[in-house]
Amino acid sequence: MTGITEPRGMTKASLRGISWLVYVFFYAPILVLIIFSFSDNRNVGVWGGFTTSWYADFAQDSKLTGALSNSLQIAVVATLISVVLGTMAALALERFSFRGKQVFDALLYLPVIIPDVTMAVMLLLFFTQAAKWFGFSKGFSTIALSHIAFCISFVSIVVRARLAGMDDKLEEAAMDLYASRWQAFRYVTLPLIMPGILGGALLAMTLSLDDVVITQFVTGAGWSTLPVYVFSLIRKGVTPLINAVSVVMLVASMVLVALSLLTQRLRGDDPA
Amino acid sequence: MVGSGRQLGGSRLVTAATEALTDPALEAAVATPEFELANIRQRKRRGLLIALPAYIYLLIFFAVPLITVIIYSFATRNRFGGADLNNWNIDSYRELGDDLIRTILLRSAGLAILTTIICLLISYPFAYYMATRSEKVRNLMLVFVMIPFWTNFLVRNYAWYVILGTDGPFSQFTEFIGFGPTRVLFTQVAVVLGLVYGFLPFMILPLYASIERIDGRLIEASRDLYANGWQAFRNVLWPLSLPGVVAGSILVFIPSLGAYVTPHILGGTKGTLLGSYIVTQFLTARNLPFGAAMSTVLMIIMLAATILYFRKGGRTL
Amino acid sequence: MGETRDAHETTTAADAVAISGVTKRFGDVVAVDNIDLNIADGEFFAMLGPSGCGKTTTLRMIAGLEFPTQGSLKIFGDEVGTLPPNKRPVNTVFQNYALFPHMNVLDNVSFGLRMQNVGRSEAADRARALIKLVQLEGMERRKPSQLSGGQQQRVALARALVNKPKVLLLDEPLGALDLKLRQEMQNELKSLQRELGVSFVFVTHDQEEALTMSDRIAVMEDGRLLQVGSAEDLYERPANRFVADFIGQTNLVDATVADSDTIVLGNGSKVRATTSLGSGSKVAMSLRPEAISIGPRGSAPADHSEESLDGIVSSSTYLGHAVDYRVSVDWIDLEVRAGAIGAQQRFSPGDEVSLWWDRAANWVVAD
Repeated sequence: MTGITEPRGMTKASLRGISWLVYVFFYAPILVLIIFSFSDNRNVGVWGGFTTSWYADFAQDSKLTGALSNSLQIAVVATLISVVLGTMAALALERFSFRGKQVFDALLYLPVIIPDVTMAVMLLLFFTQAAKWFGFSKGFSTIALSHIAFCISFVSIVVRARLAGMDDKLEEAAMDLYASRWQAFRYVTLPLIMPGILGGALLAMTLSLDDVVITQFVTGAGWSTLPVYVFSLIRKGVTPLINAVSVVMLVASMVLVALSLLTQRLRGDDPA
Repeated sequence: MVGSGRQLGGSRLVTAATEALTDPALEAAVATPEFELANIRQRKRRGLLIALPAYIYLLIFFAVPLITVIIYSFATRNRFGGADLNNWNIDSYRELGDDLIRTILLRSAGLAILTTIICLLISYPFAYYMATRSEKVRNLMLVFVMIPFWTNFLVRNYAWYVILGTDGPFSQFTEFIGFGPTRVLFTQVAVVLGLVYGFLPFMILPLYASIERIDGRLIEASRDLYANGWQAFRNVLWPLSLPGVVAGSILVFIPSLGAYVTPHILGGTKGTLLGSYIVTQFLTARNLPFGAAMSTVLMIIMLAATILYFRKGGRTL
Repeated sequence: MGETRDAHETTTAADAVAISGVTKRFGDVVAVDNIDLNIADGEFFAMLGPSGCGKTTTLRMIAGLEFPTQGSLKIFGDEVGTLPPNKRPVNTVFQNYALFPHMNVLDNVSFGLRMQNVGRSEAADRARALIKLVQLEGMERRKPSQLSGGQQQRVALARALVNKPKVLLLDEPLGALDLKLRQEMQNELKSLQRELGVSFVFVTHDQEEALTMSDRIAVMEDGRLLQVGSAEDLYERPANRFVADFIGQTNLVDATVADSDTIVLGNGSKVRATTSLGSGSKVAMSLRPEAISIGPRGSAPADHSEESLDGIVSSSTYLGHAVDYRVSVDWIDLEVRAGAIGAQQRFSPGDEVSLWWDRAANWVVAD
């Protein structure tokens, strides 16, 4: 197929200009944030000379580092569990037919499209009610359970796309070559969908580290993740300390993007 | 007694699982319709078994909460800020007709629509330009759209807080060029800016996907048939890219409508939006049934939009 | 040599594959309809038919990738109908090869052995021997994506053959190759099969491929087995109209049986033809274009008076080695292929001609 032909003259120049502006729009704020995290001025948007003291403050603030550690723990737990469940869900949907499949498919899609606020409200009422009946306290467990609930869907979508792109004759070929069902999965399917699983894992981790609204709703007293804590700080009034914390979160995001791009590279061996 | 019963149930589950994962007959035999049926049934059992962990998880931690919200929306608020589940009524939905609520709904919808339109106006030329580039450039451009998409949402909003704040870089810039200091932070302009910034990739990606798929020869053919640039766009490019336009619009509109973080950081105390208002009902005002009713309405709007998405835009993302 | 095997012939232990009464349904669709088929040890056997005729499903049932809805399927006398593919002594060369993209050539070829718990070094040695056999030495470390279509095809062959299958199944093995490569591979496959002495069962929709390569061919349509026989059987003695039409080019002329020696064509002219069908049966006379002689009107030899028709040339196409004529014979058009060498007389549209053929050349098929 022939792609769209290139426009000429004025049109081309203005399209190119717009595209550059879009990138400026995307990246300028991020750059500004990074610059001002090194600013020696209590006002977050005013330059006051170079300093790294805000990063030092962050490292010494036990509340912030505690929240960071909470965030990481929850992200790891949520990612591990949602990757296992989401991959299994993707396999079942892409390779099998079973009773209730359509309901399951819909149920899997809903957490993706439902607005954050609605999901937060749902889980708040649910956990409040459940805490009343079963007597547990909200905190780590409720946050992790909530994060898993939306991460499963994202993982399964990514893995499913990978599975759909994979020729299912390959599994047949493996079984024709004396592999048992399990061996066919272990030696053929699993390695081929691994980039999808890793991509899904990174997405799950990003979403878990990003989440503010749902976490804020299902957390218990005295328990906070980094984004929720920062969010509450912003509402109270900001100091450049938040700039520094934000840049740390930014760097974490960037590392995850870089890793995800690397897994995209792994897709070189096209299984189709 | 209870313990042994539980054990029995457990072992039955194990038996069922083992059954589903082993083949019905590994001895050689002449094929029969019964065998085929058993084989199909067993395959289905295996599929269900593999789906089961996620299935059960989502039933407990998604479907049940969803139903809980709907139940709460019909309950009555009690004196302690909780909900009286014994007193069923539709008062909460009646309250939605309230003037204040109508204002909030209209304001939120207006801002969400404005955000969607701005995103579309920015994304269309961008996505079109991207589609005309060579494969290598295209992929690079895509990567640099994906990076902000993956970057922490809160941080991206906060960056605008820094830029737009009092004496912040933007204000200094306007002062420098002679407009005097400006204060955009805590206005609805800032909110729309934040929303556009946050959701722009949601528009670019499906738009690009649908424009990239268009056969360029169709545009050449329209030019050959005497269409000018605008006519070629209006009659060929635009209708063919419509699935992407619809998909992108919905992907931007839904989260904008329910936005909470952005208005909280960039918006002021005036001009409450739907998302924040719902949150207030739960965390401050403690009117759970009313908050639940609003969530339910938001959910229904979202579902309707999603159905439209799958009808028109397909799975372009 | 060349006789059509009785479909219901009793199974002997020597048969590589014995299929009897096998039916496969997918929901309401009958993909394979009660077929019986025996494939001898060491035979090059083709299954031929248009797409959707059930040939691939039959192959997949032999491989174990699909279970029959009903019927018996034996490999060297052992019932395997309900065995999964990994328990059957057969291997498959898949359409488009289905090579594992994440493994190199050596790992692809040794996969089957490794799954049978053959030790790593022994598996590698045996795989290398097969890679040598298919002339891919030096490519062991390449990934499938770094190979040409022909090379991938060889890897697929080696990957299946390294397991010493009792029967090798090939699903449209040459479909993805271009014409020249395909002809080359046809010869190679044929000689490989002769060398190994293993039965090859291959599925194709290309009748020329089936005719040139196979000892015997099964023609399928709509899930039914229409005819099993050698290339000559199918070409010269098709069992029915579909086979006559599907194998090569032919003129099918509707006719009615008069007696065991004569049929009456649509225009009332009587033609001598042998048939076992009762008088009054609707039949078709199959006349291959190259079996028809063409000459000026009235030039038909006297001893062919009852195997001739008169007509007018309506078009002629020069093909180099031959000339194709389309001749209007009062109620139908016939295709005629005449040699184009030397003194052969040429005809132009509008010329009045006579057509005749040897009695053995026409073949009557049931409608």
